[in-house]
Amino acid sequence: MQDIANALVAAWDLVLSGNSTLLGIVSLSLGISLTAVFFASCIGLPLGAALAITRFPGRNAAVVAVNALMGLPPVVVGLFVYLALSRSGPLGSLGLLFTPPAMVIAQVILVTPIVAAVARQIVEDLWREYAELYLFDGVGRVHTICSLLWLGRLSLTTAVLAGAGRAVAEVGAILIVGGNIAGVTRTMTTAIALETSRGDLALALGLGIILLALIFLINGTAHFAGQAVRRAAA
Amino acid sequence: MRPFFGATAIGWLLLSASFQTLAQQSFITVASTTSTEESGLFGYLLPAFTKETGIEVRVVAVGTGQALKIGERGDCDVVFVHDRPAELAFVEHGFGIDRREVMYNDFILVGPANDPAHGDDIVAAFRKIAEAKAPFVARGDDSGTSKAELRFWKEAGLDPKTVGAGWYRDTGSGMGPTLNTAAAMDGYTLSDRGTWLNFKNRQNLKIVVQGDRRLFNQYGVMLVNPARYPSVKRELGDKFINWLTSPTGQKTIGDYKINGEQLFFPDAKPLSG
Repeated sequence: MQDIANALVAAWDLVLSGNSTLLGIVSLSLGISLTAVFFASCIGLPLGAALAITRFPGRNAAVVAVNALMGLPPVVVGLFVYLALSRSGPLGSLGLLFTPPAMVIAQVILVTPIVAAVARQIVEDLWREYAELYLFDGVGRVHTICSLLWLGRLSLTTAVLAGAGRAVAEVGAILIVGGNIAGVTRTMTTAIALETSRGDLALALGLGIILLALIFLINGTAHFAGQAVRRAAA
Repeated sequence: MRPFFGATAIGWLLLSASFQTLAQQSFITVASTTSTEESGLFGYLLPAFTKETGIEVRVVAVGTGQALKIGERGDCDVVFVHDRPAELAFVEHGFGIDRREVMYNDFILVGPANDPAHGDDIVAAFRKIAEAKAPFVARGDDSGTSKAELRFWKEAGLDPKTVGAGWYRDTGSGMGPTLNTAAAMDGYTLSDRGTWLNFKNRQNLKIVVQGDRRLFNQYGVMLVNPARYPSVKRELGDKFINWLTSPTGQKTIGDYKINGEQLFFPDAKPLSG
């Protein structure tokens, strides 16, 4: 219990001190993860919707594949991106390894299947309800996808939030492709890993508590924004 | 969705702001060991270098084996590690040039307070641990420390793979996590002194063997071969190597202390010829 009390004190002291290093780490964490979630949503939402409303041979296999990819191990994705971006790899000339963009790329790969899989389920339910209407009116595929995504926007927040949760909490991939460089690629999760290995467990857990508070903040904001939209629509 | 896009826009701004700073500052990437980072040396040494030269140093801290691999793939400019045979092989195979010795520190054996293996002979201590089948936590990660440990087992005429069943634990992790495990198991482990002095979760552990000459641990620095990888920042990397081995750099290394105890002993030799 003593350790956990120390961690709470450490977290509180860190926040109160307005430590600029902490601020940098937090904004880098959020910057990378939210950017990744943005791109993952741009790909995943239309992909999930398309999978929901189209019928083609091998569709079941595609659905299973997207669902399975939700469980992509971050370390494996990290290693894959590392080898691709390494100077000895195919994209080495870009010089992106050990920079924030490399971390965004890794997280986009991790998050896209989550957004796509949840979006597919939500849009498929909507499609079951409204398919006849769209088919009767002869609405084109692209238009149908846009329209269904708009219709399901409040539920689809869950898809995006699930992706954001994965991105902010993930450490395996960004540790490998970012290198945990102080002030450049050190995020909340990689800093926690470092402090744990230094044996400063109170500081590590303190950082963890701050990370948890941030995740609550993001989800709370999304929830109440959704309610406001619902009220405005009613 | 709107607030989400707002948040993303902010994230994007932050990220592009950080790219801006990337583009403006000249920096080098150094692959180094957990011992230099976790002991706090870099936090003390690098700001002094940056202040003098304006060059930012980005450290990727991993085990010596992995640091050399990063260099082999051309993913850093400078490698700063501690495993002389592996460093010489790295240079021999054309991956690195301009190798210089910088400093040394020493390994220590840490173990439970009521320990039977204490003394100043590291090999004798390893034999006693094996006899007692006392828990020994090994790095097992191809790091400089791991390789030194395996050399001591060899000198003791023991192979932990065959005799170690039930007491020799191979954790495959860095020095800090290995110390965490040793503290939890109340077992032995070989550590570099710097990481140990900076380590906070000691529980019941203390130093049981130190001062054996075989425990000296030499650090070397080298530039990744720019002929092999044109992306290597030769000029900046050389500046870093020259500074580390210059009187100013050497003095800064010697000045770093934790609780009044010096961690690293500068021993760069002037360039011959």
